[in-house]
Amino acid sequence: MSATLTVPTETTEATAPAARPAREVPARIPFGRVLLVELQKMFDTRSGFWLMIGIAASALIATGAVIAFAPDNQITYDNFGAAVGVPMVFLLPVMAILSVTSEWSQRSGLTTFTLVPNRSRVLAAKAIVGTAVGAVSISVALAIGALGNIVGAGIAGVDPVWDITLSQALTLTFANVLNLLIGFMLGVLIRNSPGAVVGYFVYGFVLPPLTMLLADLNGWWADKQPWLDFNWAQGPLYDGEMAGSDWAHLATSGAIWLVIPLVVGLFLVRRSEVK
Amino acid sequence: MIEVSHLSRTYGGLRAVDDVTFTAAPGRVTGFLGPNGAGKSTTMRVMVGLTPASSGSATVLGRRYADLPNPGREVGVLLDASAQHAGRTGRETLRIAARTMGLPTSRADEMIDLVGLTPTEAGRRVKNYSLGMRQRLGIATALTGDPEVLILDEPANGLDPAGIRWMRDLLRGFADQGGTVLLSSHLLHEIEVIADDLVVIGQGKIVAQGTKAELLAAAGTFVRSSSATELGQALTASGVTVTRSGDDILRTDAEPELVGKVALAAGIALSELRAADGAGLEEMFLELTAETAREGVAA
Repeated sequence: MSATLTVPTETTEATAPAARPAREVPARIPFGRVLLVELQKMFDTRSGFWLMIGIAASALIATGAVIAFAPDNQITYDNFGAAVGVPMVFLLPVMAILSVTSEWSQRSGLTTFTLVPNRSRVLAAKAIVGTAVGAVSISVALAIGALGNIVGAGIAGVDPVWDITLSQALTLTFANVLNLLIGFMLGVLIRNSPGAVVGYFVYGFVLPPLTMLLADLNGWWADKQPWLDFNWAQGPLYDGEMAGSDWAHLATSGAIWLVIPLVVGLFLVRRSEVK
Repeated sequence: MIEVSHLSRTYGGLRAVDDVTFTAAPGRVTGFLGPNGAGKSTTMRVMVGLTPASSGSATVLGRRYADLPNPGREVGVLLDASAQHAGRTGRETLRIAARTMGLPTSRADEMIDLVGLTPTEAGRRVKNYSLGMRQRLGIATALTGDPEVLILDEPANGLDPAGIRWMRDLLRGFADQGGTVLLSSHLLHEIEVIADDLVVIGQGKIVAQGTKAELLAAAGTFVRSSSATELGQALTASGVTVTRSGDDILRTDAEPELVGKVALAAGIALSELRAADGAGLEEMFLELTAETAREGVAA
């Protein structure tokens, strides 16, 4: 009886390890989980929440404004789509920018990149989630515009005019996604929230008039502009009439203004310090 | 288990971390002690892959940190309690961490309880947190994955005395269960009460390491000379082990008389030579601090 009592005690003492017993190595974090986490992070901050509210509210306000102020012959889907789309051009890239830069500006990257040390996986997840959220937002905007068109036509007592073709809707969506990726690229390259937002406005709204001015003054640039000016090359996307040469212009100028800076930014992010 | 081997990190010409080698063993609390700007944080950032090393290596549980498949489940890291998204609530911050590690989000509430945040506090945005609350939230994030290793940079900063006591008990318990704890501090007394092993760093270099008992008892000789390098070589040639602590200071276990004789034979002038008393660690630490003191008060 006493032996059975003492033996286990001795065994426990003798084998009590200084270290914990070896544990199983956990499985690698699946990419799908990184995607879900990044999606959650896009909306769970105060700024993310209000950005989403802002996108929805501005779409509704724009629709309301067209109904209230547009003359009856301007109650067309194209006008609703344009009114709803303008705020998107501002807000979606900002969303993409903040999803990247907040890791540095808010310094949450210290946690993010210690939980997922492979920074490329985190950034790839952000790019995919941003693109998906952007595409959904644009679809929602087009739906709100369609609703506005029906309501507006009803109020004005005219037949609704559906003057956006499917291919135009698709190129519009693509144009907005491109815009969002420009924001993403600037976020990766600049890694500072105010800096990247300012960078986006310079890129999107200051450079285009300058390149137009340059085209007036410089024959060489006027010649090459379709191939080198990304903003110029995006124009046909909004009209929904993309010819083969338009795609070639878009691809060439996009490589210069979007792909190369993005690659440089990704390279720098992988090697930079997270502080 | 953390193993750091010949780790260096340079910024331009500055060697922020200079050939640092040490081990933090399981079942023990290792204190990483050094004045502000000594290279503690840089070393810890290199350990977890946030800063690339210029040379040398650091492994956690036998692997490079970047090679850990799900680091949060094996290593709890808190490098800077202020580095959390201000627009996110405390609870949401923990949920994100738990989700990333593949744990149920209920883990967040368990951790909130564990670190002594109230549910109301956990529902507030981090922007409104005091440093002490952020510190608790950071500890909660580090512990979420039930890790085997903890790497904590100045975790006691901003905690009130009761909080410091709580942290001490928590880390002691963690190590007693076989976990590895590495924590840094610039306060000797804070480290003294909790650490089993000490690693002292100054100006990027390790100046002392060993068990707390060894270091606190360390007697020996303190010698200062403008030709410290030559003196070090002369002493080493005489079979005396020498530790360099700063530009012109050497420490050795040998008696002052022997050091004096070696210096005389080598023709090296000394500016100070005396027995280092029992409070060797504290003195060494004060000297380190004085050398880098921002106030410019030389000892």
